[in-house]
Amino acid sequence: MSRRHTLMGHTLMAAASSLVLLAGAAGAETVAITNARIETMGPAGEIPSGTILIRDGRIQAVGASVSIPADARRVDAKGHIVTPGLVASDTSLGAGEVEGEASSNDFAGATAEMSASFDVSLGINPASMLVPVARVGGVTRALVTPELSGRGEKKGEKLFAGQAAVVDMSGGTDSITKRRAVLVVDVGTEAMEHLGGSHGGVLQLLESSLEEAASYAANKGGYEHGTHRPYRQSKEDLEALLPVIQGKMPLLVGVHRVADIRRTLELGKRLKLRLILDGVEEGWMMAPEIAASGVPVVVDPLANLPRDFESLNARLENAAILQAAGATVVIKGPYVGHYARQVRYNAGNAVAHGMPWPAALAAITATPAKVFGFNDRAGTIEPGRDADLVVWSGDPLEILSVAEHVFVRGIEAPLTSRAQDLAHRYQTPDAALPPAYRN
Amino acid sequence: MKRHHRVVPLVAALALLGACASNAHQDSPAASPADKGKDKPVYAGLDPVDDKNPFPSTYHPLPSVTTALVGATIFTGTGARIDGGTVVLVDGKIAAVGKDIAVPAGAKVIDAHGKYVTPGIIDAHSHLGVYASPSVWANSDGNEMTDPNTAQVWAEHSVWPQDPGFIRALEGGITTLEILPGSANLFGGRAVILKNVPGRTVQDKKFPGAPYGLKMACGENPKRVYGSKGRTPATRMGNVFGYRKAWIDAQEYRRKWDDYRRKLADYKAGKGDKAPDAPKRDLQMDTLAGVLDGSILVQNHCYRADEMAQMIDISHEFGFHIAMFHHGSEAYKIADILKKEDICVATWGEWWGFKMEAYDGIEENAALLQKAGVCTVIHSDDDILTQHLVQEATIALAAGRRMGIQIDEAEAIKWVTANPAKSIGVLDKTGTLEAGKMGDVVLWSADPFSVYATADQVFIDGALVYDRHDPAAQPKSDFELGQTGPAHPGPQGVGPGRPVLTTSTEQPQ
Repeated sequence: MSRRHTLMGHTLMAAASSLVLLAGAAGAETVAITNARIETMGPAGEIPSGTILIRDGRIQAVGASVSIPADARRVDAKGHIVTPGLVASDTSLGAGEVEGEASSNDFAGATAEMSASFDVSLGINPASMLVPVARVGGVTRALVTPELSGRGEKKGEKLFAGQAAVVDMSGGTDSITKRRAVLVVDVGTEAMEHLGGSHGGVLQLLESSLEEAASYAANKGGYEHGTHRPYRQSKEDLEALLPVIQGKMPLLVGVHRVADIRRTLELGKRLKLRLILDGVEEGWMMAPEIAASGVPVVVDPLANLPRDFESLNARLENAAILQAAGATVVIKGPYVGHYARQVRYNAGNAVAHGMPWPAALAAITATPAKVFGFNDRAGTIEPGRDADLVVWSGDPLEILSVAEHVFVRGIEAPLTSRAQDLAHRYQTPDAALPPAYRN
Repeated sequence: MKRHHRVVPLVAALALLGACASNAHQDSPAASPADKGKDKPVYAGLDPVDDKNPFPSTYHPLPSVTTALVGATIFTGTGARIDGGTVVLVDGKIAAVGKDIAVPAGAKVIDAHGKYVTPGIIDAHSHLGVYASPSVWANSDGNEMTDPNTAQVWAEHSVWPQDPGFIRALEGGITTLEILPGSANLFGGRAVILKNVPGRTVQDKKFPGAPYGLKMACGENPKRVYGSKGRTPATRMGNVFGYRKAWIDAQEYRRKWDDYRRKLADYKAGKGDKAPDAPKRDLQMDTLAGVLDGSILVQNHCYRADEMAQMIDISHEFGFHIAMFHHGSEAYKIADILKKEDICVATWGEWWGFKMEAYDGIEENAALLQKAGVCTVIHSDDDILTQHLVQEATIALAAGRRMGIQIDEAEAIKWVTANPAKSIGVLDKTGTLEAGKMGDVVLWSADPFSVYATADQVFIDGALVYDRHDPAAQPKSDFELGQTGPAHPGPQGVGPGRPVLTTSTEQPQ
């Protein structure tokens, strides 16, 4: 016990210099970002040259001609592009520090008794070292998803990974935008690794789990008084499934090959679920069908290898083809939160392989905000939304571009992280004192 | 390297003894009648220097025609940028590179105006073939996790040439790969250099004349793998014991063979009446001895600065050179030492934090190393990342510029061309666009440091091995045949609607 605490203590001390809390409404200032090429991703479309006025953490006005209050701090965007803060979708960001150290991870909390009900938001650490790194990369919000189990965790009979949360990158204790945003489940090979059986068996288990919840909802009295048959799932898990079967909470389903995608869509229709499909490597082969279903998809545009027998036809053009067919496409990066900043490169790669640039930018801003149900807060630049904004040195999807200004909920973040502190500490090798005496 | 027949009859074996004594493959005079019956034959395969290349390359360049890429922006890999330049490929070699180059008569001319040309991209850290797709149990052949020292295993014996990942990498511009064993062991085994052409056998892909590498690993992986089995190494100090013990054994092995060869020479010269007994050949020791004689290059997986410094001390203790530290997340902390030791560092642009020894990994690593004059390499260690290796270099380039280290693209392209070529021992053959080198060339649709660029044509030894717009020049592995559903619509081109910018993205802030 003491060893672990000591280690944590050291980590926190080392981190102190780059630990910056942005939240706390007290600090919110009035800011005008002027001379900006604004990609609002909202109803105002693109504003070739305009101003964004930020007040009390929110966007007060945006347009070609906005009157600027005398007390506003002005930030000259120098004609550069301003976008909404980027959204990292389906990531462990904030719920894990070092992937290989189970003790540092909070994303794999599901157990046999606490599966659908596992709420990842309670384990999120807004002071994570990963948050400033993501912020420097222009990421201001994340859909933090639980994973079925982490490395070294015990596997068991559990189907749902748990409930995902929407989090902002302010670093403050009030950074949870939305708890229980979606329920996460996988019906592919990943699930089979935990449950055994077959892809079909996993789908059967999913359907019976949801039907059990429906039965529970209809027989709550009997269940409480012990006059109804016992259920396979715990009471907490059954309760957690109620908003899903009522169509209030989306079910984010990891699914990969054509046959499984089709069966999942059928299941969703039968049980009137609000589905979101995640992974969908073979989605391009049935793009019109997916588009017609109205079910949004979350894709990694770089996934083009036959990783398993369920993704034999994975291709770089997946995002472009799905989008062209009319599907709602969210672009994601790697799950591990250290690489949240990669989401814009992935959007760039989707464009390289056919996706229109505006759709790719939307796929990492407005679209995930809408799909994951926080578009009332972020994802677009329009009055009333939280001021999550990034001024870019160039095309935001180009790797060579960097974020010049990042605002999270109206507060400008310093563009520093522990990683950059290290870079600066070691950039001068031949000093008199060891590096430990620098910054 | 001259080769002998695999099965050497007894008489020939007798003749070989003389050759062994001098470490040269010349025929020895027939044994004199006085020697008859006293020689101790060394049968085929028992003398390590008898044949250092028992799995020889059967690579033959694909058919090529004289080709001229005309009008491109060229990053030569030597640090130069040529605008509106021409690259001419003749007989599989680079014949000329420059601005005012005459196109040979009859050459196939490729209009490359508005496009970019670079040397073929080299990934110095790949597990393609040894961890093939699909990543099922049967294809997991990269880590012989049965002993902390498996210097005796060779990655090429695990390479599945039909891994679809090779072709995906080709589509990303990769022309040469170093395939390494995994990092579970202190000594993982021999690495092999491949040309990224489709082949029926791994020998068909082997880079002719390339030296072998030896994969070594520091840190968490060996101590975790063996510690969890209740064996040494269970700690980092156990790791270091394991390295030193192995090098002591290897020096002893060399001494035995040297002793034998000296005694044999003496015997041949008429001193003594009894031929010496040859030591028993040991495949593990052969590889380590190859490092000590300088013919095998040490490729050392090592994340932490302090551990790299200790590995350097071990190399001094036993008298070998470390060619490259791989991953090197903390290399920026000891850039001066690495420069002094002339050790290359292969790292990523953005990977960090996946384990404790990578916790101090920073995007600025490569730029800081470059600034210090270290031979800097961007590698993949990943079957997706290898397809976008220039993008990974771009991440490192952007991070360097963000902190004020100005490196231009013509220099940064060396991170994935000339520098990896140097580190794996093939810079005399490929890695730059210089006359006489192999015609390994990529034609990019745009500046390769742009996320929108794709490798449109890839040449290996002058042959067009991949063309994004010609289905006839798009190889497919056996595994992929018959598995696709509906016909794929093919390349989609770059999506519309990109912003036209007046500001530069190259000089941020």
